[in-house]
Amino acid sequence: MEINTGNTAWLLLSSALVLLMTPGLALFYGGLNRSKGVLNMMMMSFSCIGLVSVLWVIYGFTLAFGVNGNDGLNTVIGNFSYFGTGTSGITEEWLFFGAKTGIPTYAFMGFQMMFAIITVALISGAVSDRMKFAGWVIFALAWFTLVYVPVAHWVWGGGFVGSKIRALDFAGGTAVHINAGAAALALCLILGKRAGWPRENMRPHNVPFVALGAGLLWFGWFGFNAGSELTVDGTTVFAFLNTQVATAAALVGWVVVEWIRDGKPTLVGASSGAVAGLVAITPACGFVAPLPAVLIGLVAGAVCALAVGLKYRLGYDDSLDVVGVHFVGGWIGSLAIGFFATAQVNAGITDPAILNASEGLFYGGGVTQLGRQFLGSLVVTLYSFAIAAAIALIIRSAKGLRVSPEAEITGIDIADHGETGYDLTPSGGAGTGGGAFAMAGLTGTTPAQADTEGKAASAEKVAG
Amino acid sequence: MKLVTAVIKPYQLDAVKEALHALGVAGLTVSEVQGYGRQKGHTEVYRGAEYTVEFLPKIKVEVVTDEIDVEKVVDAVVNSARTGKIGDGKVWVTSVDDVVRVRTGERGLDAL
Repeated sequence: MEINTGNTAWLLLSSALVLLMTPGLALFYGGLNRSKGVLNMMMMSFSCIGLVSVLWVIYGFTLAFGVNGNDGLNTVIGNFSYFGTGTSGITEEWLFFGAKTGIPTYAFMGFQMMFAIITVALISGAVSDRMKFAGWVIFALAWFTLVYVPVAHWVWGGGFVGSKIRALDFAGGTAVHINAGAAALALCLILGKRAGWPRENMRPHNVPFVALGAGLLWFGWFGFNAGSELTVDGTTVFAFLNTQVATAAALVGWVVVEWIRDGKPTLVGASSGAVAGLVAITPACGFVAPLPAVLIGLVAGAVCALAVGLKYRLGYDDSLDVVGVHFVGGWIGSLAIGFFATAQVNAGITDPAILNASEGLFYGGGVTQLGRQFLGSLVVTLYSFAIAAAIALIIRSAKGLRVSPEAEITGIDIADHGETGYDLTPSGGAGTGGGAFAMAGLTGTTPAQADTEGKAASAEKVAG
Repeated sequence: MKLVTAVIKPYQLDAVKEALHALGVAGLTVSEVQGYGRQKGHTEVYRGAEYTVEFLPKIKVEVVTDEIDVEKVVDAVVNSARTGKIGDGKVWVTSVDDVVRVRTGERGLDAL
Protein backbone atom coordinates (compact mmCIF):
# COMPACT_ATOMS: atom_id res chain seq x y z
CA MET A 1 0.00 0.00 0.00
CA GLU A 2 1.17 3.49 -0.84
CA ILE A 3 1.67 6.06 1.88
CA ASN A 4 -1.50 8.12 2.13
CA THR A 5 -0.20 11.67 1.96
CA GLY A 6 -3.37 13.33 3.28
CA ASN A 7 -3.59 11.09 6.35
CA THR A 8 0.12 11.36 7.00
CA ALA A 9 0.13 15.14 6.66
CA TRP A 10 -2.75 15.46 9.12
CA LEU A 11 -1.06 13.12 11.57
CA LEU A 12 2.23 15.01 11.48
CA LEU A 13 0.40 18.30 11.95
CA SER A 14 -1.60 16.76 14.79
CA SER A 15 1.63 15.57 16.41
CA ALA A 16 2.95 19.13 16.42
CA LEU A 17 -0.36 20.36 17.88
CA VAL A 18 -0.19 17.77 20.66
CA LEU A 19 3.41 18.71 21.48
CA LEU A 20 2.29 22.35 21.90
CA MET A 21 -0.10 21.20 24.61
CA THR A 22 2.78 20.48 26.99
CA PRO A 23 4.19 24.04 27.02
CA GLY A 24 0.52 25.12 27.18
CA LEU A 25 0.12 22.92 30.25
CA ALA A 26 3.27 24.47 31.71
CA LEU A 27 1.71 27.94 31.38
CA PHE A 28 -1.63 26.73 32.75
CA TYR A 29 -0.05 25.06 35.77
CA GLY A 30 2.61 27.78 36.13
CA GLY A 31 -0.01 30.50 36.36
CA LEU A 32 -2.09 28.57 38.87
CA ASN A 33 0.97 28.07 41.06
CA ARG A 34 2.49 30.54 43.51
CA SER A 35 5.25 32.69 42.05
CA LYS A 36 8.02 31.13 44.14
CA GLY A 37 7.50 27.77 42.44
CA VAL A 38 6.55 28.80 38.90
CA LEU A 39 9.78 27.64 37.29
CA ASN A 40 9.77 24.26 39.02
CA MET A 41 6.17 23.81 37.90
CA MET A 42 7.04 24.58 34.29
CA MET A 43 10.26 22.57 34.48
CA MET A 44 8.31 19.45 35.46
CA SER A 45 6.42 19.73 32.15
CA PHE A 46 9.47 20.54 30.06
CA SER A 47 11.51 17.75 31.63
CA CYS A 48 8.88 15.29 30.37
CA ILE A 49 9.46 16.45 26.80
CA GLY A 50 13.13 15.62 27.26
CA LEU A 51 12.84 12.34 29.15
CA VAL A 52 9.83 10.73 27.54
CA SER A 53 10.78 11.53 23.94
CA VAL A 54 14.05 9.66 24.37
CA LEU A 55 12.58 6.69 26.21
CA TRP A 56 9.70 6.43 23.73
CA VAL A 57 12.13 5.81 20.90
CA ILE A 58 14.24 3.36 22.88
CA TYR A 59 11.56 1.11 24.40
CA GLY A 60 8.27 2.98 25.00
CA PHE A 61 6.68 2.71 21.60
CA THR A 62 7.60 -0.88 20.91
CA LEU A 63 6.41 -2.08 24.33
CA ALA A 64 3.14 -0.13 23.98
CA PHE A 65 2.36 -0.89 20.34
CA GLY A 66 4.56 -3.76 19.26
CA VAL A 67 2.07 -6.54 18.56
CA ASN A 68 2.09 -9.99 17.00
CA GLY A 69 -1.51 -11.08 17.38
CA ASN A 70 -3.61 -10.61 20.49
CA ASP A 71 -2.70 -13.65 22.51
CA GLY A 72 -0.64 -14.42 25.56
CA LEU A 73 1.75 -11.75 26.73
CA ASN A 74 0.48 -9.38 24.08
CA THR A 75 -2.72 -8.68 26.01
CA VAL A 76 -0.56 -7.31 28.85
CA ILE A 77 2.45 -5.71 27.20
CA GLY A 78 3.73 -5.20 23.67
CA ASN A 79 6.88 -6.75 22.29
CA PHE A 80 10.12 -5.58 20.76
CA SER A 81 8.97 -5.78 17.14
CA TYR A 82 9.63 -2.05 16.69
CA PHE A 83 12.89 -2.04 18.62
CA GLY A 84 15.65 -0.57 16.47
CA THR A 85 13.70 -0.97 13.24
CA GLY A 86 15.55 1.94 11.71
CA THR A 87 14.31 2.84 8.27
CA SER A 88 11.98 -0.13 7.77
CA GLY A 89 9.15 1.80 9.46
CA ILE A 90 9.17 4.37 6.70
CA THR A 91 7.48 2.00 4.33
CA GLU A 92 5.66 -0.12 6.87
CA GLU A 93 2.13 1.25 7.19
CA TRP A 94 0.33 1.37 10.49
CA LEU A 95 -2.76 -0.76 10.97
CA PHE A 96 -5.74 0.83 12.60
CA PHE A 97 -9.10 -0.76 13.30
CA GLY A 98 -8.07 -3.64 11.11
CA ALA A 99 -7.56 -1.42 8.06
CA LYS A 100 -4.36 0.05 6.72
CA THR A 101 -4.35 3.80 7.12
CA GLY A 102 -1.40 4.42 4.83
CA ILE A 103 0.50 6.10 7.65
CA PRO A 104 4.18 5.27 8.10
CA THR A 105 4.67 3.49 11.42
CA TYR A 106 7.12 6.16 12.51
CA ALA A 107 4.53 8.92 12.00
CA PHE A 108 2.28 7.03 14.40
CA MET A 109 5.23 6.62 16.75
CA GLY A 110 5.76 10.39 16.78
CA PHE A 111 2.08 11.10 17.37
CA GLN A 112 1.89 8.69 20.28
CA MET A 113 5.15 10.10 21.69
CA MET A 114 3.41 13.43 22.26
CA PHE A 115 0.62 11.69 24.19
CA ALA A 116 3.12 9.94 26.43
CA ILE A 117 4.86 13.26 27.16
CA ILE A 118 1.79 15.18 28.25
CA THR A 119 0.31 12.30 30.24
CA VAL A 120 3.35 12.21 32.52
CA ALA A 121 3.42 16.02 32.70
CA LEU A 122 -0.24 16.15 33.79
CA ILE A 123 0.60 14.40 37.07
CA SER A 124 2.93 17.18 38.18
CA GLY A 125 0.09 19.60 38.91
CA ALA A 126 -0.66 17.67 42.10
CA VAL A 127 2.81 18.02 43.63
CA SER A 128 3.80 21.63 43.02
CA ASP A 129 6.06 23.59 45.37
CA ARG A 130 7.28 20.66 47.45
CA MET A 131 8.54 17.64 45.49
CA LYS A 132 12.28 17.36 44.94
CA PHE A 133 13.02 17.75 41.26
CA ALA A 134 15.28 14.69 41.33
CA GLY A 135 12.41 12.77 42.94
CA TRP A 136 10.09 13.96 40.19
CA VAL A 137 12.49 12.80 37.48
CA ILE A 138 12.78 9.34 39.04
CA PHE A 139 9.01 9.15 39.49
CA ALA A 140 8.38 10.26 35.91
CA LEU A 141 10.81 7.66 34.51
CA ALA A 142 9.39 4.85 36.61
CA TRP A 143 5.72 5.72 36.10
CA PHE A 144 6.19 6.13 32.36
CA THR A 145 7.84 2.71 32.16
CA LEU A 146 5.68 0.75 34.58
CA VAL A 147 2.31 2.43 34.05
CA TYR A 148 1.95 4.57 30.93
CA VAL A 149 3.54 2.11 28.50
CA PRO A 150 1.52 -0.96 29.60
CA VAL A 151 -1.73 0.99 30.01
CA ALA A 152 -1.36 2.50 26.51
CA HIS A 153 -0.92 -1.08 25.31
CA TRP A 154 -3.97 -2.32 27.23
CA VAL A 155 -6.19 0.43 25.83
CA TRP A 156 -4.88 1.02 22.31
CA GLY A 157 -2.13 -1.47 21.53
CA GLY A 158 -4.19 -4.64 21.40
CA GLY A 159 -4.15 -5.23 25.14
CA PHE A 160 -6.98 -6.59 27.28
CA VAL A 161 -8.83 -3.32 28.10
CA GLY A 162 -9.49 -2.74 24.40
CA SER A 163 -9.60 -6.30 23.08
CA LYS A 164 -11.10 -8.29 26.00
CA ILE A 165 -13.05 -5.82 28.17
CA ARG A 166 -13.83 -3.87 24.98
CA ALA A 167 -13.85 -0.50 26.68
CA LEU A 168 -13.65 2.31 24.12
CA ASP A 169 -11.22 5.21 24.45
CA PHE A 170 -10.92 7.35 21.37
CA ALA A 171 -8.16 9.73 22.38
CA GLY A 172 -7.16 9.04 25.95
CA GLY A 173 -9.86 9.21 28.63
CA THR A 174 -8.56 6.11 30.38
CA ALA A 175 -5.03 5.88 28.95
CA VAL A 176 -4.25 9.55 29.58
CA HIS A 177 -6.56 11.36 32.00
CA ILE A 178 -7.81 8.69 34.40
CA ASN A 179 -4.33 7.20 34.31
CA ALA A 180 -2.60 10.49 35.19
CA GLY A 181 -5.32 11.54 37.65
CA ALA A 182 -5.10 8.31 39.66
CA ALA A 183 -1.31 8.61 39.80
CA ALA A 184 -1.60 12.25 40.89
CA LEU A 185 -3.87 11.26 43.76
CA ALA A 186 -1.48 8.55 44.95
CA LEU A 187 1.54 10.82 44.66
CA CYS A 188 0.08 13.80 46.51
CA LEU A 189 -1.27 11.55 49.29
CA ILE A 190 2.18 10.12 49.91
CA LEU A 191 4.01 13.40 49.39
CA GLY A 192 1.82 15.26 51.88
CA LYS A 193 0.38 18.75 52.00
CA ARG A 194 2.21 21.94 51.18
CA ALA A 195 3.41 23.80 54.27
CA GLY A 196 0.53 25.99 55.40
CA TRP A 197 -2.16 24.29 53.31
CA PRO A 198 -5.10 24.90 53.47
CA ARG A 199 -4.67 27.73 56.01
CA GLU A 200 -2.39 29.94 53.94
CA ASN A 201 -3.17 31.99 50.88
CA MET A 202 -2.14 29.91 47.86
CA ARG A 203 -3.96 31.75 45.13
CA PRO A 204 -2.82 31.61 41.49
CA HIS A 205 0.02 34.05 40.89
CA ASN A 206 -0.65 34.80 37.21
CA VAL A 207 -4.20 34.39 35.93
CA PRO A 208 -3.32 35.62 32.40
CA PHE A 209 -0.85 32.67 32.19
CA VAL A 210 -3.70 30.36 33.16
CA ALA A 211 -5.91 31.67 30.34
CA LEU A 212 -3.06 31.59 27.82
CA GLY A 213 -2.18 28.03 28.82
CA ALA A 214 -5.81 26.92 28.56
CA GLY A 215 -6.00 28.52 25.10
CA LEU A 216 -2.91 26.66 23.91
CA LEU A 217 -4.24 23.41 25.35
CA TRP A 218 -7.55 23.95 23.54
CA PHE A 219 -5.77 24.64 20.24
CA GLY A 220 -3.47 21.65 20.59
CA TRP A 221 -6.29 19.39 21.65
CA PHE A 222 -7.72 19.41 18.12
CA GLY A 223 -4.66 17.41 17.15
CA PHE A 224 -5.03 15.23 20.24
CA ASN A 225 -8.63 14.30 19.45
CA ALA A 226 -9.12 14.67 15.70
CA GLY A 227 -5.63 13.26 15.05
CA SER A 228 -6.54 10.10 16.93
CA GLU A 229 -8.68 8.86 14.03
CA LEU A 230 -5.35 8.42 12.16
CA THR A 231 -7.16 9.05 8.90
CA VAL A 232 -9.17 11.94 7.54
CA ASP A 233 -12.80 10.88 7.26
CA GLY A 234 -16.21 11.67 8.69
CA THR A 235 -15.27 10.50 12.17
CA THR A 236 -12.31 12.89 12.13
CA VAL A 237 -14.70 15.74 11.49
CA PHE A 238 -16.97 14.65 14.36
CA ALA A 239 -13.97 14.38 16.68
CA PHE A 240 -12.87 17.90 15.74
CA LEU A 241 -16.31 19.45 16.08
CA ASN A 242 -17.10 17.63 19.34
CA THR A 243 -13.85 18.91 20.81
CA GLN A 244 -14.99 22.48 20.19
CA VAL A 245 -18.59 22.26 21.37
CA ALA A 246 -17.97 20.12 24.45
CA THR A 247 -15.18 22.44 25.58
CA ALA A 248 -17.33 25.51 25.05
CA ALA A 249 -20.19 23.93 26.99
CA ALA A 250 -17.89 22.94 29.86
CA LEU A 251 -16.57 26.50 30.08
CA VAL A 252 -20.17 27.66 30.45
CA GLY A 253 -21.00 24.88 32.92
CA TRP A 254 -18.08 25.70 35.24
CA VAL A 255 -18.70 29.45 35.18
CA VAL A 256 -22.43 29.05 35.87
CA VAL A 257 -21.66 26.90 38.93
CA GLU A 258 -19.24 29.42 40.40
CA TRP A 259 -21.42 32.39 39.50
CA ILE A 260 -24.26 30.82 41.51
CA ARG A 261 -22.05 29.48 44.30
CA ASP A 262 -19.48 32.26 44.72
CA GLY A 263 -21.34 35.22 43.26
CA LYS A 264 -18.78 36.05 40.55
CA PRO A 265 -17.72 34.51 37.23
CA THR A 266 -13.92 34.13 37.08
CA LEU A 267 -11.34 33.73 34.34
CA VAL A 268 -9.66 30.92 36.31
CA GLY A 269 -13.05 29.19 36.31
CA ALA A 270 -13.59 29.69 32.58
CA SER A 271 -10.09 28.37 31.83
CA SER A 272 -10.51 25.40 34.16
CA GLY A 273 -13.92 24.62 32.70
CA ALA A 274 -12.45 24.54 29.21
CA VAL A 275 -9.78 22.07 30.31
CA ALA A 276 -12.40 19.91 32.08
CA GLY A 277 -14.44 19.84 28.86
CA LEU A 278 -11.42 18.90 26.77
CA VAL A 279 -10.66 16.07 29.17
CA ALA A 280 -14.23 14.75 29.21
CA ILE A 281 -14.76 14.77 25.46
CA THR A 282 -11.40 13.11 24.77
CA PRO A 283 -12.48 9.46 25.11
CA ALA A 284 -15.88 10.08 23.51
CA CYS A 285 -15.09 12.56 20.71
CA GLY A 286 -14.92 9.96 17.94
CA PHE A 287 -17.97 8.00 19.07
CA VAL A 288 -20.69 10.57 19.89
CA ALA A 289 -22.75 13.14 18.01
CA PRO A 290 -22.28 16.89 18.61
CA LEU A 291 -25.41 17.43 20.70
CA PRO A 292 -24.50 14.75 23.26
CA ALA A 293 -21.00 16.28 23.20
CA VAL A 294 -22.51 19.55 24.42
CA LEU A 295 -24.24 17.68 27.22
CA ILE A 296 -21.02 15.87 28.15
CA GLY A 297 -19.27 19.24 28.29
CA LEU A 298 -21.92 20.88 30.45
CA VAL A 299 -21.91 18.00 32.92
CA ALA A 300 -18.11 17.86 33.03
CA GLY A 301 -17.80 21.61 33.58
CA ALA A 302 -20.33 21.65 36.39
CA VAL A 303 -19.21 18.43 38.11
CA CYS A 304 -15.48 19.25 37.91
CA ALA A 305 -16.17 22.73 39.34
CA LEU A 306 -17.72 20.99 42.33
CA ALA A 307 -15.13 18.19 42.43
CA VAL A 308 -12.16 20.52 42.94
CA GLY A 309 -13.63 21.32 46.36
CA LEU A 310 -13.29 17.67 47.42
CA LYS A 311 -9.67 18.15 48.43
CA TYR A 312 -10.69 20.61 51.14
CA ARG A 313 -13.29 18.19 52.48
CA LEU A 314 -11.13 15.10 52.29
CA GLY A 315 -7.91 16.85 53.25
CA TYR A 316 -5.48 15.91 50.45
CA ASP A 317 -3.43 18.64 48.84
CA ASP A 318 -3.86 18.12 45.10
CA SER A 319 -2.26 21.51 44.47
CA LEU A 320 -3.65 22.33 41.04
CA ASP A 321 -6.63 19.93 40.94
CA VAL A 322 -5.34 17.16 38.70
CA VAL A 323 -7.76 14.77 40.41
CA GLY A 324 -10.72 17.16 40.29
CA VAL A 325 -10.23 17.96 36.60
CA HIS A 326 -8.46 15.06 34.89
CA PHE A 327 -9.50 12.08 36.99
CA VAL A 328 -13.12 13.15 37.42
CA GLY A 329 -13.35 14.57 33.87
CA GLY A 330 -11.83 11.39 32.43
CA TRP A 331 -14.36 9.21 34.24
CA ILE A 332 -17.27 11.38 33.05
CA GLY A 333 -16.13 11.13 29.43
CA SER A 334 -15.43 7.42 29.63
CA LEU A 335 -18.84 6.63 31.11
CA ALA A 336 -20.52 8.99 28.62
CA ILE A 337 -19.46 6.60 25.87
CA GLY A 338 -21.71 4.00 27.49
CA PHE A 339 -24.66 6.36 27.06
CA PHE A 340 -24.00 8.11 23.77
CA ALA A 341 -21.71 6.03 21.51
CA THR A 342 -23.24 5.42 18.10
CA ALA A 343 -22.21 3.75 14.86
CA GLN A 344 -23.67 6.75 13.06
CA VAL A 345 -20.54 8.63 14.11
CA ASN A 346 -18.09 5.74 14.08
CA ALA A 347 -19.09 2.61 12.17
CA GLY A 348 -16.17 0.75 13.75
CA ILE A 349 -18.03 0.48 17.06
CA THR A 350 -20.36 -2.26 15.95
CA ASP A 351 -18.05 -3.93 13.43
CA PRO A 352 -16.95 -7.29 14.93
CA ALA A 353 -13.78 -7.19 12.85
CA ILE A 354 -12.81 -3.80 14.23
CA LEU A 355 -13.91 -2.62 17.71
CA ASN A 356 -16.59 -5.21 18.39
CA ALA A 357 -18.20 -2.97 21.01
CA SER A 358 -21.79 -2.01 21.65
CA GLU A 359 -23.68 1.20 20.97
CA GLY A 360 -24.59 3.30 23.97
CA LEU A 361 -27.64 3.02 26.22
CA PHE A 362 -29.47 5.83 24.42
CA TYR A 363 -28.90 4.23 21.02
CA GLY A 364 -30.41 0.87 21.89
CA GLY A 365 -27.25 -0.85 23.01
CA GLY A 366 -28.42 -1.39 26.60
CA VAL A 367 -26.01 -1.14 29.50
CA THR A 368 -23.40 -3.46 27.96
CA GLN A 369 -21.02 -0.73 26.88
CA LEU A 370 -21.56 1.30 30.06
CA GLY A 371 -20.42 -1.72 32.06
CA ARG A 372 -17.37 -2.14 29.84
CA GLN A 373 -16.48 1.54 30.21
CA PHE A 374 -16.79 1.29 33.98
CA LEU A 375 -14.65 -1.84 34.15
CA GLY A 376 -11.98 -0.44 31.82
CA SER A 377 -11.77 2.81 33.79
CA LEU A 378 -11.66 0.95 37.09
CA VAL A 379 -8.80 -1.31 36.00
CA VAL A 380 -6.71 1.65 34.89
CA THR A 381 -7.55 3.61 38.06
CA LEU A 382 -6.52 0.80 40.40
CA TYR A 383 -3.37 -0.12 38.50
CA SER A 384 -2.13 3.43 38.11
CA PHE A 385 -2.91 4.34 41.72
CA ALA A 386 -1.22 1.25 43.13
CA ILE A 387 1.95 1.45 41.07
CA ALA A 388 2.26 5.23 41.50
CA ALA A 389 1.92 4.77 45.25
CA ALA A 390 4.55 2.03 45.27
CA ILE A 391 6.99 4.16 43.26
CA ALA A 392 6.39 7.17 45.53
CA LEU A 393 6.90 5.08 48.68
CA ILE A 394 10.19 3.70 47.38
CA ILE A 395 11.45 7.20 46.48
CA ARG A 396 10.31 8.47 49.89
CA SER A 397 12.13 5.70 51.72
CA ALA A 398 15.26 6.80 49.90
CA LYS A 399 14.48 10.33 51.17
CA GLY A 400 14.17 11.75 47.72
CA LEU A 401 10.53 12.77 47.64
CA ARG A 402 10.23 16.09 49.45
CA VAL A 403 12.32 19.23 49.73
CA SER A 404 13.36 20.47 53.19
CA PRO A 405 10.92 22.74 55.08
CA GLU A 406 13.39 25.63 54.68
CA ALA A 407 13.57 25.14 50.92
CA GLU A 408 9.79 24.90 50.71
CA ILE A 409 9.29 28.20 52.55
CA THR A 410 12.00 30.00 50.58
CA GLY A 411 10.71 28.58 47.32
CA ILE A 412 11.54 25.45 45.37
CA ASP A 413 12.70 27.51 42.37
CA ILE A 414 15.73 28.77 44.29
CA ALA A 415 16.28 25.57 46.27
CA ASP A 416 16.16 23.08 43.39
CA HIS A 417 16.88 25.14 40.29
CA GLY A 418 18.91 28.14 41.47
CA GLU A 419 16.73 30.58 39.54
CA THR A 420 13.66 32.70 40.13
CA GLY A 421 10.81 33.56 37.82
CA TYR A 422 10.60 37.26 38.48
CA ASP A 423 12.95 40.10 39.39
CA LEU A 424 10.83 42.97 40.62
CA THR A 425 13.52 45.06 42.33
CA PRO A 426 13.67 48.62 40.91
CA SER A 427 17.32 48.43 39.87
CA GLY A 428 16.88 45.13 38.13
CA GLY A 429 18.29 43.32 41.11
CA ALA A 430 21.65 43.24 42.75
CA GLY A 431 23.62 41.79 39.90
CA THR A 432 25.70 38.82 40.74
CA GLY A 433 27.30 39.02 37.35
CA GLY A 434 27.14 35.33 36.57
CA GLY A 435 29.31 32.36 37.26
CA ALA A 436 32.70 33.98 37.37
CA PHE A 437 31.68 36.54 39.95
CA ALA A 438 29.77 34.02 41.94
CA MET A 439 32.85 31.84 42.00
CA ALA A 440 34.83 34.79 43.30
CA GLY A 441 32.38 34.98 46.20
CA LEU A 442 31.04 38.38 45.24
CA THR A 443 27.34 37.67 45.04
CA GLY A 444 25.22 40.63 46.05
CA THR A 445 27.51 43.34 44.73
CA THR A 446 26.75 45.47 41.70
CA PRO A 447 28.14 44.30 38.36
CA ALA A 448 30.63 47.20 38.24
CA GLN A 449 31.95 46.48 41.70
CA ALA A 450 31.99 42.81 41.06
CA ASP A 451 34.02 43.36 37.94
CA THR A 452 36.81 45.25 39.70
CA GLU A 453 36.77 43.24 42.88
CA GLY A 454 36.34 40.03 40.99
CA LYS A 455 39.54 40.63 39.10
CA ALA A 456 41.29 41.51 42.33
CA ALA A 457 40.00 38.39 43.99
CA SER A 458 41.02 36.26 41.03
CA ALA A 459 44.45 37.82 41.06
CA GLU A 460 44.71 37.08 44.76
CA LYS A 461 43.73 33.49 44.15
CA VAL A 462 46.38 33.16 41.50
CA ALA A 463 48.91 34.79 43.75
CA GLY A 464 47.85 32.63 46.71
CA MET B 1 4.11 73.07 63.70
CA LYS B 2 2.00 70.09 62.89
CA LEU B 3 2.45 66.97 60.81
CA VAL B 4 -0.69 66.04 58.91
CA THR B 5 -0.63 62.37 57.91
CA ALA B 6 -3.32 61.00 55.61
CA VAL B 7 -3.86 57.43 54.45
CA ILE B 8 -6.07 57.58 51.36
CA LYS B 9 -7.24 55.57 48.40
CA PRO B 10 -4.56 55.48 45.66
CA TYR B 11 -6.77 56.97 42.96
CA GLN B 12 -7.61 59.98 45.20
CA LEU B 13 -3.97 61.10 45.29
CA ASP B 14 -4.26 63.50 42.37
CA ALA B 15 -7.29 65.23 43.89
CA VAL B 16 -5.52 65.59 47.25
CA LYS B 17 -2.38 66.94 45.59
CA GLU B 18 -4.42 69.52 43.66
CA ALA B 19 -6.33 70.63 46.76
CA LEU B 20 -3.12 71.07 48.77
CA HIS B 21 -1.47 72.87 45.89
CA ALA B 22 -4.43 75.27 45.75
CA LEU B 23 -3.90 76.01 49.47
CA GLY B 24 -0.31 76.94 48.75
CA VAL B 25 1.26 73.95 50.49
CA ALA B 26 4.87 73.95 49.36
CA GLY B 27 5.70 70.26 49.55
CA LEU B 28 4.39 66.88 50.51
CA THR B 29 5.70 63.38 50.92
CA VAL B 30 3.90 60.40 49.37
CA SER B 31 4.47 56.71 50.02
CA GLU B 32 2.79 53.53 48.90
CA VAL B 33 1.58 51.61 51.91
CA GLN B 34 -0.65 48.63 52.68
CA GLY B 35 -3.18 48.23 55.41
CA TYR B 36 -6.75 47.73 56.39
CA GLY B 37 -9.38 49.50 58.41
CA ARG B 38 -12.92 48.52 59.18
CA GLN B 39 -13.50 46.99 55.76
CA LYS B 40 -10.92 44.25 56.57
CA GLY B 41 -9.54 43.79 53.06
CA HIS B 42 -11.47 41.85 50.46
CA THR B 43 -12.14 38.28 49.41
CA GLU B 44 -11.02 36.59 46.19
CA VAL B 45 -12.33 33.21 45.04
CA TYR B 46 -10.27 30.81 42.93
CA ARG B 47 -11.85 27.51 41.92
CA GLY B 48 -14.25 27.89 44.83
CA ALA B 49 -11.50 28.44 47.43
CA GLU B 50 -11.78 31.78 49.21
CA TYR B 51 -8.69 33.81 49.92
CA THR B 52 -8.84 36.90 52.10
CA VAL B 53 -6.59 39.71 50.97
CA GLU B 54 -6.13 41.57 54.27
CA PHE B 55 -3.80 44.36 53.28
CA LEU B 56 -5.10 46.73 50.66
CA PRO B 57 -2.89 49.14 48.74
CA LYS B 58 -3.14 52.71 50.10
CA ILE B 59 -1.26 55.96 49.72
CA LYS B 60 0.18 57.81 52.69
CA VAL B 61 0.49 61.59 52.30
CA GLU B 62 2.51 63.60 54.82
CA VAL B 63 2.52 67.38 55.10
CA VAL B 64 4.23 69.52 57.73
CA THR B 65 2.39 72.77 58.18
CA ASP B 66 2.02 75.91 60.28
CA GLU B 67 -0.20 75.45 63.32
CA ILE B 68 -2.48 78.23 62.07
CA ASP B 69 -3.10 76.49 58.73
CA VAL B 70 -3.55 72.96 60.02
CA GLU B 71 -7.37 72.95 59.96
CA LYS B 72 -7.39 74.17 56.35
CA VAL B 73 -4.96 71.45 55.34
CA VAL B 74 -6.94 68.75 57.10
CA ASP B 75 -10.18 69.97 55.52
CA ALA B 76 -8.60 70.09 52.08
CA VAL B 77 -7.33 66.52 52.41
CA VAL B 78 -10.58 65.17 53.81
CA ASN B 79 -12.77 66.90 51.23
CA SER B 80 -10.63 65.91 48.27
CA ALA B 81 -10.09 62.31 49.35
CA ARG B 82 -13.71 61.55 50.18
CA THR B 83 -15.66 59.20 47.89
CA GLY B 84 -18.27 58.32 50.51
CA LYS B 85 -17.47 54.61 50.21
CA ILE B 86 -15.84 52.36 52.77
CA GLY B 87 -12.03 52.49 52.81
CA ASP B 88 -11.64 56.23 52.17
CA GLY B 89 -8.92 56.40 54.82
CA LYS B 90 -7.87 58.40 57.86
CA VAL B 91 -6.18 61.70 58.61
CA TRP B 92 -4.35 62.45 61.84
CA VAL B 93 -2.37 65.35 63.18
CA THR B 94 0.74 65.18 65.34
CA SER B 95 2.96 67.84 66.80
CA VAL B 96 6.35 68.55 65.31
CA ASP B 97 9.08 69.95 67.58
CA ASP B 98 11.38 71.29 64.92
CA VAL B 99 12.15 71.20 61.20
CA VAL B 100 15.53 71.77 59.55
CA ARG B 101 16.05 72.55 55.88
CA VAL B 102 19.05 70.44 54.90
CA ARG B 103 20.33 72.79 52.20
CA THR B 104 20.53 75.99 54.32
CA GLY B 105 20.26 74.92 57.94
CA GLU B 106 17.14 77.13 58.48
CA ARG B 107 14.96 75.95 61.35
CA GLY B 108 11.30 76.03 62.37
CA LEU B 109 8.71 77.78 60.18
CA ASP B 110 11.44 79.20 57.95
CA ALA B 111 12.35 75.68 56.91
CA LEU B 112 8.86 74.85 55.62
